[in-house]
Amino acid sequence: MEHKIELPLVPTVIESLRIFDTVRLSGMMLVARDQAHKRLTRMILARETLPVDIAGQLIYYMGPASKPPEMIIGSCGPTTASRMDPYTPLLMKCGVAATMGKGPRSKEVTDAIREHKGLYLAAFGGCGALYASKVVSFETVAFHDLGPEALLLLKVEDFPAIVAIDSLGNTIFS
Amino acid sequence: MIHPDDVRRQVGKALLNASQTLEVQLVERLQQALAKDTHVLVSDSTNKRAAASRQLLQAILENLQIAEQRGIPMCQDTGMILACIDVGPDCNLSMHAIECALNEGITDAVASGYFRKSVVSEPLFARTNTQTNLPAIVYWNTVHSGSLTISLMLKGFGCENCSKIVMLDPTASRNDVLKTVVDIVAIASGKPCPPIVVGVGIGGTMDYAAYLSKRALFRPVGQPHPDARYAALESDTLDAIQSLSIGPGGFGGSVTALAVSYEHAPTHIAGMPVAVTISCWADRKGIVVFGGSDGA
Repeated sequence: MEHKIELPLVPTVIESLRIFDTVRLSGMMLVARDQAHKRLTRMILARETLPVDIAGQLIYYMGPASKPPEMIIGSCGPTTASRMDPYTPLLMKCGVAATMGKGPRSKEVTDAIREHKGLYLAAFGGCGALYASKVVSFETVAFHDLGPEALLLLKVEDFPAIVAIDSLGNTIFS
Repeated sequence: MIHPDDVRRQVGKALLNASQTLEVQLVERLQQALAKDTHVLVSDSTNKRAAASRQLLQAILENLQIAEQRGIPMCQDTGMILACIDVGPDCNLSMHAIECALNEGITDAVASGYFRKSVVSEPLFARTNTQTNLPAIVYWNTVHSGSLTISLMLKGFGCENCSKIVMLDPTASRNDVLKTVVDIVAIASGKPCPPIVVGVGIGGTMDYAAYLSKRALFRPVGQPHPDARYAALESDTLDAIQSLSIGPGGFGGSVTALAVSYEHAPTHIAGMPVAVTISCWADRKGIVVFGGSDGA
C-alpha cells in the first residue's frame, strides 16, 4: 500500500503502517548520522539540554554531498542504518518516533521499535540525486563543526521510502 | 610525451563521469533485474518483496537519469578515491609529477562534481575532516609496455565496511574459497546496497590479496577471467550469491549481485590469502590510458 504522509508522524499513522508499505513523506525531518548520534547520546547520558527537541521526530541517517548553486541541497541518500543501532534504543526511549536509513537493523533496535511503537523506514540506497530533488529546504541546526555530519533540519516533499520495521516489530529483513 | 596537465584533466574528467554515470553493462544488468521483478509480479501481483525490490530498482534507474541531468553525484557517498597507477617504460613523468597531477585532478572533480568531503586525517582520536576529500589511496605498479594507465574508483564506505580478508590454508579447495566469499556476502546482507559487485583477490600476502580484490573490481562488468578455471569460479560464485536471496536493498529476491571478478597472484607455500571487496550497485570507476601498448 502507498501512503502519503505528513510529518511529524503521529501515533495513529505510525500504528497503521505495515512492513512493505510505501510511504511518500512531506514535512520536516531531523538528519543525524554517526558522530551526531555519538554526541547526542553523550549529552543525554550527561543530562545536558539537547540542541533540538527530538521528541516525535523522524531521524534520517544521511550526510549530504556539496550543494550545487542552483539546488537546495547536494546529493543526499541514506547511509547504513546498522551503524546507528547502538544509539537508537536510547533515542527512542527519549521520544524519537522513527528512523530512516538503509539496510537491516539489530534485534535490539527491532525490540525498541516494538516497545515504543515506532518505525524504521528503508530509503532507497544510493539514490542521492533522486532524494536531492525531494528536498524543499534545509538548515544546519547544531554540530556545525562536523561538516557533512552536522545535525540538519530538512523539509521534504514526496520523499519515498519503504516501511522496513513496523510498530508491531515485523521486519522486512530475515 | 605526457604533460602533467593532461593527467590532471583526464583524471578530473574520469572522476566526474564516474560519479554521475555507470558503465553500460552495469545499467543493463540493473534493467534485467528490474525485468525479473516485473515478471514475478505479472504472475503474482501480491508478492511484496518483488514489489519493494522493483521500486528500488526503478528508483536507481531514475536516480541515474537525475544525476546525469543535474550534474550531481548519483550517490552522496562519493567515497575515498582509490587509484591504481600502472607505469610503463615509455612514461616520461616522475612518480611525483603523476601523483601531484592526480591530486589536482581529484580536487577539480571534487569541486565541479559537488562531491562530499568524506575523508578524515586521523582515524581514531580527532577524526578531523581534511576538507579536500584527499588523500586518495594510491597503488603503484610497473607494467612491461606502454606509458601510463590510471584506474580510478570512487569507493563508498557502506560497502567497503562489509569487505574482509580471510587467511585460508594452502590446501583449501575451490569450494572452500567459494564458501568464504559467499559467507562474507551473507554477513553483509542488506548493508552494502545490493545488488552488489564483488571483487575477490587470491594470493600474495594478506594486504596484496586486498589490493587484488580492488583490481578485480576494475575489470569491465561481464568480462570473465582469461583463465577458464577462474572464469568458472566467478560464474559459480555469482550463482551461489544469488541463492542467498538477499535481493535489492536487502528486501529479498533473486538478484543480490550484478557481477563477480577474481584476480590471483603468486603466494607462499603455507598460505592462501583471500580478500573480498564489496562494491554497492553504484560501482563507480574510470580508467585513463596514456599511450598504446606499443608505446606512444
